[in-house]
This record gives sequence, C-alpha cells and structure tokens, in this order.
Amino acid sequence: MLDRNSRKCTAALGVCLMLSACGGLASGADPVATKSSPTQTPSSTEPYPDPQKEDLPVFTINYPRIQVPFEITLWVLLASFAKIGFNVYHKITIWIPESCLLISVGLVVGGIMYSVHEVPPPVLSSSVFFLYMLPPIVLDSSYFMPIRPFFENVGTVLWFAAVGTVWNSVGIGLSLYAICQIEALGLQDINLQENLLFASIISAVDPVAVLAVFEDINVNEQLYIVVFGECLFNDAITVVLYNMFTFVAGMPVVETVDVFLGVAHFLVVGLGGLFFGVLFGFVAAFTTRLTSRVREIEPLFVFMYSYLAYLVAELFSLSSITAIVICAITMKYYVEENVAQRSCTTIRHVIKMLGTVSETLIFFFLGVVTVTIKHEWNWGYICFTLLFTFIWRGLGILVLTQIINPFRTIPFNFKDQFGLAYSGLRGAVCFALAFLLPPTITRRDLFVTATIVVILFTVFIQGISIRPLVEFINVRRTNRKLDTINVEIHKRLMEHTVAGIEDLCGQWSHYYWKDKFKKFNDSVLRKILIRDRRAESSIVALYKKLELQNALELLDTTTGDLSAAPSLVDMHEERRAAPKPKKKFLASDLKNMHDLLSKNMYKIRQRTVEYTRKSTLPNNTRAREILIRRHASLRRSIRSSGVNKSYKYYSLPPEKGLEARFPLKRLSYNMRLELEPLSQRSGSRQSQRSTSHSTIAPHRLGPLRESPTDEAANQAFQELPVDRQSDSPLARRSSRYRSDRFSRSPLSPSPPPGSFPEGLHRSDGGQNAKPRHPVWKPYKPDGPPAS
Amino acid sequence: MGSRASTLLREEEIEEIKKETGFSHSQITRLYSRFTSLDKGENGTLSREDFQRIPELAINPLGDRIINAFFPEGEDQVNFRGFMRTLAHFRPIEDNEKNKDPSGTEPLNSRNNKLLFAFRLYDLDRDDKISRDELLQVLRMMVGVNISDEQLGSIADRTIQEADQNGDNSISFSEFIKVLEKVDVEQKMSIRFLH
Repeated sequence: MLDRNSRKCTAALGVCLMLSACGGLASGADPVATKSSPTQTPSSTEPYPDPQKEDLPVFTINYPRIQVPFEITLWVLLASFAKIGFNVYHKITIWIPESCLLISVGLVVGGIMYSVHEVPPPVLSSSVFFLYMLPPIVLDSSYFMPIRPFFENVGTVLWFAAVGTVWNSVGIGLSLYAICQIEALGLQDINLQENLLFASIISAVDPVAVLAVFEDINVNEQLYIVVFGECLFNDAITVVLYNMFTFVAGMPVVETVDVFLGVAHFLVVGLGGLFFGVLFGFVAAFTTRLTSRVREIEPLFVFMYSYLAYLVAELFSLSSITAIVICAITMKYYVEENVAQRSCTTIRHVIKMLGTVSETLIFFFLGVVTVTIKHEWNWGYICFTLLFTFIWRGLGILVLTQIINPFRTIPFNFKDQFGLAYSGLRGAVCFALAFLLPPTITRRDLFVTATIVVILFTVFIQGISIRPLVEFINVRRTNRKLDTINVEIHKRLMEHTVAGIEDLCGQWSHYYWKDKFKKFNDSVLRKILIRDRRAESSIVALYKKLELQNALELLDTTTGDLSAAPSLVDMHEERRAAPKPKKKFLASDLKNMHDLLSKNMYKIRQRTVEYTRKSTLPNNTRAREILIRRHASLRRSIRSSGVNKSYKYYSLPPEKGLEARFPLKRLSYNMRLELEPLSQRSGSRQSQRSTSHSTIAPHRLGPLRESPTDEAANQAFQELPVDRQSDSPLARRSSRYRSDRFSRSPLSPSPPPGSFPEGLHRSDGGQNAKPRHPVWKPYKPDGPPAS
Repeated sequence: MGSRASTLLREEEIEEIKKETGFSHSQITRLYSRFTSLDKGENGTLSREDFQRIPELAINPLGDRIINAFFPEGEDQVNFRGFMRTLAHFRPIEDNEKNKDPSGTEPLNSRNNKLLFAFRLYDLDRDDKISRDELLQVLRMMVGVNISDEQLGSIADRTIQEADQNGDNSISFSEFIKVLEKVDVEQKMSIRFLH
C-alpha cells in the first residue's frame, strides 16, 4: 500500500512538474506578452488581400488571439494539478502545510523558467493581486467565519489588530533604523521613514498563510478566532501606515500634526470600510428578497455585491478588506434565509472554489516569482529583519495580552500566547505591498528580497514546525498516568454539565448587546430584508421534521443502529434477571475500554463546529444522533406513559395533556410552519420542488409537534452551520419511505388515554386532503402573518 | 441589566440570594436578566420547555438531565431563587472561603455539594445509589452509536467494580466521592460567572 501510494504520488508530482514546465514555456512563448499587455496584431489575416493570389489557408494557428485567456487557464490548471498531486498521498499535508508544497513547486517551475530566460506573468503585480486574487480569499474566510465567537472576541481582535500592528511596525522600524547606523553593514542610506515603511509592510500578518497552516492543526477556537480576526483587520492599519509612511518618506521632517492626522486617517479608513460593508450587505440582502422568481441568478448577487464593496472601498482608499469582511458577515444571515436551497449550496461551493483557487495560485506564484526577480542581498539587514520580526511579535503579544487579559472571559495562558506569537506568518500580502513600493526608494530591491526571505522563512519554518510544537506543548501538560474508567466517565460527565450550564447562563459576555441587537433585528431588519413568504425555509424545516420522524419510525420498526437509552421495560427485565457473577477484567480488556471510551464519548461541544477550511459543510451527525435519541426516548416515554416514572427520565410532566403544558406559542422564525401557504399552494410552483409531501404534511406532523424539544432541536439545527443538502442517507430513505407509508395511517400505536386529548386528534382524520388547523396553527399573539 | 430587570427584583431579595448563594450583586442582576429573557411566559418562573428552548442545551448529551436538576422533586416550575440555588453549585471556590470553619451550613459550592450535583445527574430516583441501569443510561447518552450494548455493559460493570466497596453492586455517594478524590472537582465543576 505504501509503495503504491508513494509511486502514485511521485508519478503525479512528475506529471505536474512536466506540465508546469510546458505551461511555463508555452506561456512564455511570446516573451513580451503578459496578461495586461494587449495582444499582438494578428498575423494570419489581413484586411485586404494581396494583389498576388495566395492559396487558401487550410490550417492556421493564431496563438496571439487566445494568448491571454489561454495562459490564465493553463496556470490555473497547473496550480490545481499540483494541489491534486499533494493530496494523493495525504500524509504529506499533515506534516508539511500545503502552502509550503505549493511554494516549492512554484520554485521549481520558476527555476525552469529562469533557466530558459522566460518571464512569468505578473500575477503578483499590485493591480492583479489586489483586485483579482485577494478578494476571493477574503470572501471565503469571512463568509464562513463563525459569527458568535467572532463577536465575543471582537474587542481582543481589534486590540491586537490595531495596537499590535502599530507596535510591530514602530518597533521593527526603529530597531532596523538603529541597525542601519552600524557602519559595517553599509546601510546608512536608508533613513528612518524608509525603515518605518518597510516595517509596516513586514508586520502585516497574513490571513492566507495563517489559515493555510491552521487548518491542519487542531487549534483551540479562541486562539483561532483571535489570530484570524487579527489578520483580517490589520489590513486597515497596514493601509494607513503604508500610506502614511509612503507620504512621509518623501518629506524630510515629520511633525506631530502628522501623527494626529494619521490617527484620524485610521479612523476614517476603518469606519469607512465598515460603513461600505454594512451598506452593501444590506443592499444585497434586500435584493435577494426580490429574487424569488429569478432563482438562477441568485448566487450572482452575493459575489457582485461583495466585490462591489471591495472596489468601492478601494476607490476611496479605505480598508477594502474590512469592507468585504463586514459585507459578507452582514449579508450571509439574511441572504441564506431568502434564497433557494440550491442557490445557497451554489454560493457556498463557489466561494470555496474561488478561494481555494486564489490561494493556490498565490502560493504558486510566490514560488515562481521568487526565482525570477532581481534580488539584492545584504546579510546584515535580512538577518536582523528576521530577528526583529520574531522578537517584536513575541514581545507585542506578551505585553498586549497582559493588558487585555483582565477584560476577557477566558484569559490567555502562556500556551495560548505562544500559539498567538508563533502563528504570525507573513504571506503574499506583504509581498504585493513590497512590490507596490515606489521606485523612488533607492533600496527597493533589498526590501523586496528581505520581504521574500521573511515570508519564506515564516511559511516554511514556522508552518512546518507549528504542529510538532503544539503537540509537544500539549503533551507536556497532560498527565500521563491513565485514569481509571470511573474517573474518565465522571470527568466527561462533569465537562458536559459545565458546558450545559454555561450555555444556559448565556455565559458569553456580550449577551446584553446581542439581546438588544436581536430585538432590533426581529422587529425591524427582518421585516425589511427577508421575504415574508418564506415558503422555502418552511419547507426546509418541514423536511427536517420529516427526516427526524423517519428516523424515529426506523427505530421503531427495526431494532435500529441507534440504540437509544434502554427503555424502562428493558430495565425492569434486567433487574429481574439473576445478578451476574463478578467478572474478571483483564488488563487488555481495560485498555480496550479506555480506547472505546476515548474514541466514542462525545466531546464537549465546540463553540465553533470544527472550523477548518477544508470542510465545506460541517459535520453535524453527532447532533443528529443526540436529537434522534432524545426523540426516540421521548416517544417511548409517551407511549408507555402509564409507567409513572417516565417523567423523571424525560422532561415531560406526568399524565397531563401536552397541549395544556405547552401552549402553542409563537414559534421562532426557524420553526414557523405556515400551513396555510402550504395547503393553498399545494398545486402551485412548490410542487415542482419535490414537495409532494406537502399534502401529507398536516397529518404526519401531528405527533412530532408534541415534543417541545423540536423547537429547540430545530433551532439547534439552524444554529449549527446546517447541512442543507438533503443527500444524507436518512433523507434518501425518507423519500422512499414516504411513498410507502403514504397510505397507512400515521400513528399505529394508539396513545394511552388521557395523555394527549388534543395532540393526536389529527391522526384520526385519515387521508384528509384539507388540512385541519385547530391544533396546528401556530399561535400568533400579534395576528395572522402579513402576506 | 437594564432598568426593567432590576426594578422587578427587590433589593431584599438580592440580599437574601447573596447570602444564600454567595454571588455578587452584579452577578445576580445579570443572571436575573438572563432568567427573564428565558421566561417567555413572563410569569416569573421557568418551565422545562423554557430550558429546552436553548439550542445548545438541546444538543448537549446530558441536556435533559441538566434541566431536570433545576426542578426540585416533583415540581415543574422553578423560580429565580431556585434557579440561583442550582447555579450556585457552579460558583468557583474562592480562597477566602476555603478556610471558613464549618460552623454554619455548608456553602452551596463546596466540593461536597458539587459532587452531589454530579451524583444526582446519575441517580434519578434519588435512592442515593447509582445502579447499573442508571449508569448504563448515562453512558449511553454520552457515547456515540458505535459501541454495542455488550461493550457498554462491560464498561458499566467495570465502573461499578472499581468503585463498589460494600458489594451492593451499585455506587453510593461515599464511594463516588472516594473514586473522585484525586480529581480537581472544584475546578472542573466551576464556571467563571461574569460580573
């Protein structure tokens, strides 16, 4: 197996290299042609024929005509082949982050191109990079950003982004300036402003590189959010600093007025980006409200508006990254309510695709360009740059954490601080900024070289070593001694309990503002931005309920793979059985038990569901299992509610009509099941959306409505990044199942008398096409929904 | 927080709760606003349904049991006092409390009471013993679907075997305490309540 895989891998890599070499040569065929240059005059056809007769050309080659798109396509394909090649043998990517591998392949290709004196396309030139390559990545990162942890940590994020970047820039700049005073290094012509400018470039932590590394290691989500947020938002500071220092580098003297102007500029830049982001986010949300008849172009709006936000911010020289991040965050919530399920999937998938392609290309070209540009090397400057980058980042993190820790709910311990400091990777943003340096700066090449060295160093060395270091640190902290089984189980119980209580307390600090925003959201924003007739989401909610119900029925009919908690009946029988003799447990048994437990016990809920960039749609099978089990146990207790102990197991009161206990309150938006639209439009356009179950819905949903956990369960489903694709095995079975059970009566077992006088009333109705509302109609205290 | 919340909770009540549970004034008001926001029926008490509306609790493996712990024996509504009383178990033990001599009643967040809370999560019928079945139930809730019943049964057997000292094939509270004597329960069963 190992042989085969490694052979495949080497073969794939070889193919990729060959292809890239060919591609490089092909695209370099015309030495002058670049993406931005106009195509050469076509040589094959002329406007007027020559006087002398020529033969009719049977076969012509017109390369310059297609040159630009052809080259673009080839490069994209090459980079993607390289990516495929790495993933053939997946163990590579565990130890070496993909970014490193891509850069290496880029280096090789660059070497090939250099040796044949070709010039690579200027992908990393400022305009192409900032206008085409960067937005997809930022959009990808921000669209899938976990919102709640982000807002919980927003203070820390902004603190590190703003103050941290300034600290880094000023620190590195000043120390480099001090170094430049040393005569032996021959750097005296670099003045303070230029040093500061360079420092501001270098101190920008790069989201692309950091994410590429973080996705492979399992990182505590607080850490993740802070680093991630810092990367995204330090763009605002970097823009300000860069502009300020560029401007100032031309001036001989810096005055204090300029410092204040700089602060004012920062505020304008940051808040301006925020403003445009919010503006375009709302406009996008509103637009999607109106697209109910043109579902095919719905995904377009997401992309166009976010790109527009980016460009408009660029137009006003504001922080475009902030704009696009805020736009994506604002837009996502409302858009996903408004659009069709298919559009939602499309949007997510295309964002992922564009982001991945961009990232791949960036790293690839970083490698290529490294070899092919002109370098200026100065040992002293470059080594000291590296040194100071580390020192100032480490110091900065230490100091800043000390200041901000008292304000945090979860303070950062030293391990976290080390993680924060070590994950300050620089990437392509620095490189592009270095390229943007005006040629008036005499030592421009030195700066570019130094930037590249820092980038390569951080990405390779830090990227490769972060995983073993994290493991080493973690291992040191845990107690090697194996706990007894008891302790393991009880510890996990306690952890779950504490997690539950924390959630119950709404423990996360910005609760007050969140509550206020929620009220504002519900009363104002949702009315404007979300289409009222949310037929789609009610269908989705419906579908989920049916899925759940199917799972329940499956449990009933078969013994089920999901064996729920042993029912009361089983336990009674067990008690009556003779007590078993004491078992002897071998050491191997114990070890097996420990293994079983550690693999299978549910982990504590993460604040963010396994956020990695590699997974598009997070996995919520665990939640599903838990919910299904609860439903099963609820149903069992409902059925056997004659046993008076049932109420103790499941949170249902004993022997009272459920309708009395749980009056149909106004359901949350996720759960609003407007059956009126369903029934009225049963023949309308909804029918083509495979909603044949809409006609049987009124019956089947009767039983499920009783369980109050549904509301929370569905809300839980919605709160989780939901797998809206209905291609799970349960769904497939459900569609088959539905057609089978359509004719049978919905509830086979008759409920015990006195339990639910109203609740199961509906089931007696049989195949009544007209849905009966008496139980179903959600109780709306503020009148019927506006149509 | 917010004026509405604090006017509904009288100062005397806050003082009483403070004495009973040890929370600070601001913590109590904060938790009161959380209580009122959960209380959709606005009648000053929470029912089980109110708790179940919290989505994270719905997908917590022990969600039902945790909710159950708030409701005293046989009741279905919990008022704010009861709510705070249960939450008080999770207050961290502060240093100045550790040295208080046990003249009065044990504070709600003592190690013993924390362990009792955890014990009661298993022991639903309150007979002060965790029987094999009760243990199995909780195990099954905490474990995924890949473990068969026999495997789970043997894990439960082993658990009881390790802990049981008086041979009654169940775990009593004192045995429970003994098993967990090396575990830092004070830290594990505490949350940092916000001010």
